[in-house]
Amino acid sequence: MSVFNPLKQDRGGQIFLAVLLLAMVLVPAFNLMLPEASPFHVSTYTVTLLGKYLAFALLAVAVDLAWGYLGILSLGHGAFFALGGYAMGMYLMRQIGERGVYGNPLLPDFMVFLNWDSLPWFWYGFDMFWFALLMVMLAPGLLAFVFGWFAFRSRVTGVYLSIITQALTYALMLAFFRNEMGFGGNNGLTDFKDIIGFNLQEDGTRIALFVATALMLGLGYIACRAIVVSRLGRVAVAIRDAEDRTRFVGYRVEYVKLAIFTFSAVLAGIAGALYVPQVGIINPGEFSPLNSIEIVIWVAVGGRATLYGAAAGAIMVNYGKSYFTAALPEVWLFALGALFVLVTLFLPKGVIGLLNRKRVET
Amino acid sequence: MNSLQNLRELMRRDRVFEFMLQKTGLEVDLSHGTILYLEDVSVSFDGFKAISDLNLYIDAGELRCIIGPNGAGKTTMMDIITGKTRPDSGSAFFGQNINLLQLSEAQIAQAGIGRKFQKPTVFEFHTVFENLELSMAGDKRVWPTFRARLDGAQQKRIGDVLEIIGLQESRNKYAGSLSHGQKQWLEIGMLLMQNPKLLLVDEPVAGMTHQEMERTAELLTSLAGEHTVVVVEHDMDFVRSIARKVTVLHQGSVLAEGSMDEVQNNRRVVEVYLGE
Repeated sequence: MSVFNPLKQDRGGQIFLAVLLLAMVLVPAFNLMLPEASPFHVSTYTVTLLGKYLAFALLAVAVDLAWGYLGILSLGHGAFFALGGYAMGMYLMRQIGERGVYGNPLLPDFMVFLNWDSLPWFWYGFDMFWFALLMVMLAPGLLAFVFGWFAFRSRVTGVYLSIITQALTYALMLAFFRNEMGFGGNNGLTDFKDIIGFNLQEDGTRIALFVATALMLGLGYIACRAIVVSRLGRVAVAIRDAEDRTRFVGYRVEYVKLAIFTFSAVLAGIAGALYVPQVGIINPGEFSPLNSIEIVIWVAVGGRATLYGAAAGAIMVNYGKSYFTAALPEVWLFALGALFVLVTLFLPKGVIGLLNRKRVET
Repeated sequence: MNSLQNLRELMRRDRVFEFMLQKTGLEVDLSHGTILYLEDVSVSFDGFKAISDLNLYIDAGELRCIIGPNGAGKTTMMDIITGKTRPDSGSAFFGQNINLLQLSEAQIAQAGIGRKFQKPTVFEFHTVFENLELSMAGDKRVWPTFRARLDGAQQKRIGDVLEIIGLQESRNKYAGSLSHGQKQWLEIGMLLMQNPKLLLVDEPVAGMTHQEMERTAELLTSLAGEHTVVVVEHDMDFVRSIARKVTVLHQGSVLAEGSMDEVQNNRRVVEVYLGE
């Protein structure tokens, strides 16, 4: 069986991956090969902006897997995203070394500022890239596993589960705001210098990060699609539509939920790790409950239970945000709000649903 | 010396520790010809006794109808057998060897008890074929489910069940688009895919037309023998058309048991039903 099997009979997904591949080739090419005067030149600022959108798109795909196919409306996926981001941020902090303001070779600036004399135990190992990558997946995965174990075993579903996930991310936000936690308090982690030896400010590094994000989005999409088309994916939809029936058919509903929810959290963590080096900062604001609700809005705007729709929704809404803040600085929030209201009222299946309907009609 | 002997006893080569014994996948033992034992079962909700000292025995291969007025405890009894409700006291055994009170719903389903709900519940966003595929007996843990592919024998099995329930033409239709009667049959088909020994069928003909009812009667009678079928039903005509043995429940315990004629002429049953 090949990697491309899950993409059979998935027109939308094929188009999505083709566009992604095109962007992976063209964006760097237009940035590096065209002179800045050319109208087609893509500035490095835009490359990074696009990279950020793609990280959000991966996050949206993760949420869509849990919400669209399994019926778990997680309003706490921002927490997994932020944990992945913090793991990457800790690695980047350790790379600063003596170049910090205080010039301490071992301790990040904020620890020197707090008069700490040694590195806390949970910072050990983050000077190694492979360890940080492991933690990017392990930290959100473990949290999702433990949380899911208790929630799904006691059969918490629906609105109650959504509220608990909100509480989870809110609690983490409050915890990370505290200086004593050892994650930089409300300033978070910032002032990064380089990643595996490459300067983060350089065009080449930024383009590489963009390409890496696009690659991970593509792989993440294929992995989710592989789950969705498998029998496990059909069981997930069965759980979404008739949980009791699935249980009486003989499936351990709680384990299916646990497995897919944890996988989704790991994907969200990877998205966070790709996001942080591109924006150059991670702080507890990423845990804010509002952020997690926004992710769900991206998925709803794009089209639930399509995966590529979620990715498209994340890119569209975030582009809209960037555009409106520049074009309508006073009323951009209202414009964005109006967009959400219109989509919910007139496009219950999202923008992708509209496109698919058009195709069926013609 | 004694402790050494104890140790030897503990480490005996043929010893199988209790926690190593597999609890599910256990073959049900029907050597005494009885497939279901409910003994002295009681359960109450907020002081209301839904089931009180219920004793019920079902023989392997029989088709049993259970009737009774509303609130007699018919659905609660099914909940206890399938693990959805735990009784306050009493015991429930599947065959000689499987204690139902220790198993979860999924384990009970895998042990061979299938249940059809009162309201037809099928997976509406899956096709008829997929509904049957998901219900098929087999390894239902997460990873094996992810890797699962249909082989020829399994495809044939699904085809056979489609034929039994008469939905060959609708195999690629979404289950949500089926008629009420078709959904009921599909649900029975889903039970059959699990290769159950015991089928619990809750009000199979509610809301069916007369023709559909006749077909359901045929279907259920044909299943008895190879499977054991327990039907809970309100519709007396339907019960008369299929029943060989009828159990009447009243206020959570058995009021009468016997053939349809015996039961109908039982004085206490007449009292309960006619309120005299």
